[in-house]
Amino acid sequence: MITPKSFWSPHRLLLAAIGSAIIISCAVFMRWDWIPDYYEIILAGIWRTIWLLVASVVLGFALALPIGLAQAAGPKPLAILARQFCNIIRGTPLLLQLWLLYYGLGSVFSTIPEIRGSAMWPYLRQAWPYALLCLTLSFAAYEGEVMRGAFLGVPKGELEAGRAFGFSEMQLFRKIWLPRAIQRALPTLGGEVVLQLKATPLVATITMIDAYGAFSKVRQDIFLTYEPLLLLALIYMMIAGLLVVLFRYLENRTPSS
Amino acid sequence: MKILNKHAIVGALMAIVAAPSVLADVVKVGVAAEPYPPFASTDVSGKWEGWEIDMIGAICETAKLDCKITPIAWDGIIPALNSKKIDMVMASLSITPDRLKVIDFSDKYYNTPAVIIGDKNVDIGVTAESMKGKVLGVQTGTIHRKYMLKHFADSVDSIKEYQTQDEANQDLAAGRIDALQADSLAMMDFVNSDQGKMCCEIKGEVAPDLDILGPGVGAGIRKGDDALKMAVNAAIKTLRDNGKYMEISKKYFSFDPYGK
Amino acid sequence: MDTISSFIDSLQLLSLTPPGWGGNLLRGLLHSLQIALGGYSLGLLIGILGACGKLYAGAFVKDSLACYTTLVRAVPELILILLFYYAGTDLLNQLMLLIGRDPVDVDGLIAGIFVIGLVQGAYATEVIRGAILAVPKGQIEAARAYGFSFWQTLRRVTLPAMLPYAIPGLANLWLIATKDTALLAVVGFSELTLETKQAAGSTKHYMLFYCAAGALYLIVTIISNQLIQRIERWSRRGFADGRSI
Repeated sequence: MITPKSFWSPHRLLLAAIGSAIIISCAVFMRWDWIPDYYEIILAGIWRTIWLLVASVVLGFALALPIGLAQAAGPKPLAILARQFCNIIRGTPLLLQLWLLYYGLGSVFSTIPEIRGSAMWPYLRQAWPYALLCLTLSFAAYEGEVMRGAFLGVPKGELEAGRAFGFSEMQLFRKIWLPRAIQRALPTLGGEVVLQLKATPLVATITMIDAYGAFSKVRQDIFLTYEPLLLLALIYMMIAGLLVVLFRYLENRTPSS
Repeated sequence: MKILNKHAIVGALMAIVAAPSVLADVVKVGVAAEPYPPFASTDVSGKWEGWEIDMIGAICETAKLDCKITPIAWDGIIPALNSKKIDMVMASLSITPDRLKVIDFSDKYYNTPAVIIGDKNVDIGVTAESMKGKVLGVQTGTIHRKYMLKHFADSVDSIKEYQTQDEANQDLAAGRIDALQADSLAMMDFVNSDQGKMCCEIKGEVAPDLDILGPGVGAGIRKGDDALKMAVNAAIKTLRDNGKYMEISKKYFSFDPYGK
Repeated sequence: MDTISSFIDSLQLLSLTPPGWGGNLLRGLLHSLQIALGGYSLGLLIGILGACGKLYAGAFVKDSLACYTTLVRAVPELILILLFYYAGTDLLNQLMLLIGRDPVDVDGLIAGIFVIGLVQGAYATEVIRGAILAVPKGQIEAARAYGFSFWQTLRRVTLPAMLPYAIPGLANLWLIATKDTALLAVVGFSELTLETKQAAGSTKHYMLFYCAAGALYLIVTIISNQLIQRIERWSRRGFADGRSI
């Protein structure tokens, strides 16, 4: 364990010195004068990234519950279906799924002009529904796998105890099985959400202007390669750091078994 | 337990790392890694073909350069040039004051007007007025993007940016955007294709803006690489003079793409 | 009837010889696999060295490695790939200039392997470190008691003994490596995903080609899973869990 004393040992001071030297030389020798011109676009992009992350994690997790449950205890056809869904999503790159959904469906739209008259068209025209759908499905598949293990891992004794108390099957599920399974899945959730965050910049390839997309604009405008990318990396690191802290806090608050 | 066979792994890695050969006189010519007919696209066997590819061949042959076509993502093509991943860009890159701040250019080797092409069922012209409330598309990092942002951004609903021209065309055909702005030659090719015929038409040329649209397309060259620049300039001039330029162009166009 | 015959027509676009684009997809797949294999091997090497560094080296190395693994695991792969892809060549050439050599020509394949390897290395370091920690202390102490040197212990006891613990994590990393190669499409390297995009764009059969590429990726995953199961069973031989006989 790091004690305050050992934290400031000589080698750490040296590392800190190297680190600050790198940061200072980046600040001095690289061009940052563009930031004031672009900070509004950048903030809007970061906001979109966070919004997309939260929405896809919440929806994906909600979808992961039935997917995990179907595999753990569902009737056979349903279990196979859920299993294959997970296999297909987890077995192919997200970028390909995204392009398949956006451009693949787009090419279908161009052959069926009637779609443009439908009530859904104003949404189908935009990029975010595809981005959200794709990220949600991806999160659901990865988290569904976790939930399968979590459902199976709830000790039989706890369920039997519930039965002994005269719980109905529904009560048993709602009061014991589900909460205990979610509790078991929580420790890995933080890591999965960070992975999801790292997947979000792909949506910029289907014209959505998230944090990555905003910085692509900057790169196109001022022809700088490294500065925007370094700042962008820093921003993602900060978001990831915040997520880790948040989940540690949540984990400490939920009672462990 | 010899399964790890670390020596083998290390050996293989050494071989991989040691593989890069010392750069001889090969000039790596960057082209955008996307289909951009009729200028540059890959055929079924993966070979690059098109007017610009032929022109690269002719320029390199005339200037006695050993050229190698190197596909690079369009939105990273200038960084790739400056980080020496490639030595020259011939990817329909227009000469503009902005780009001249970071790279150098040869003389122009073709020039084509910028056009708006739109959905047949959408009433749209080339003026900012006619674009009110419309959704436009454009390829990222192009002169057209810059032009749209300057002239149309205030009146349109939104401008969507695409990594490749093909994706922008695709979304136009799908009806996700109302119109897009691009080079007229590439767009003629599109509106004459099966897909383009069904959906889209050229709405007209945009008003000139030399500051943004520039005097034409040149070969992008790193600043300070003057020997290469001079060799390419001389080659372009020779090809114009000896008729080879028109010979190549006749295969693709019914007119002279060199412009005025 | 019309739709069926046009569907069969479009399937011909997948044939391996021109005018089909199947050959392009396979060529892309080969590139993807080359990069995945190379990057994964490099990642393993970094992982072994990194894990040993984190466990046995001095405090400075330990903390530097901690910085490396934390940074790489917190930044999206897409950004790392862009940074390394441009900066990697740039830095290498500056270095060559510094030591008075000519700039080298780093082609896309090697840059790709390097990038995927650096990313994989960070994850592999953590996996292998965890696995080494899971090896019962007594085994390593026994080796030292027999007079094995540090390197002998590492090579003959620690690394082989940690394998069963590391394999699930490493297997997962391999699957990630095969999929991460798709990100190189964004920098214009013609691996499977970019070849697919080009074929789709040229023929306008987007659905067909994206589905075909998806199937190819799936096949790679399925075959990998079969192999992984075998390796897992083999690495656990001699473990008294009743499965491996």
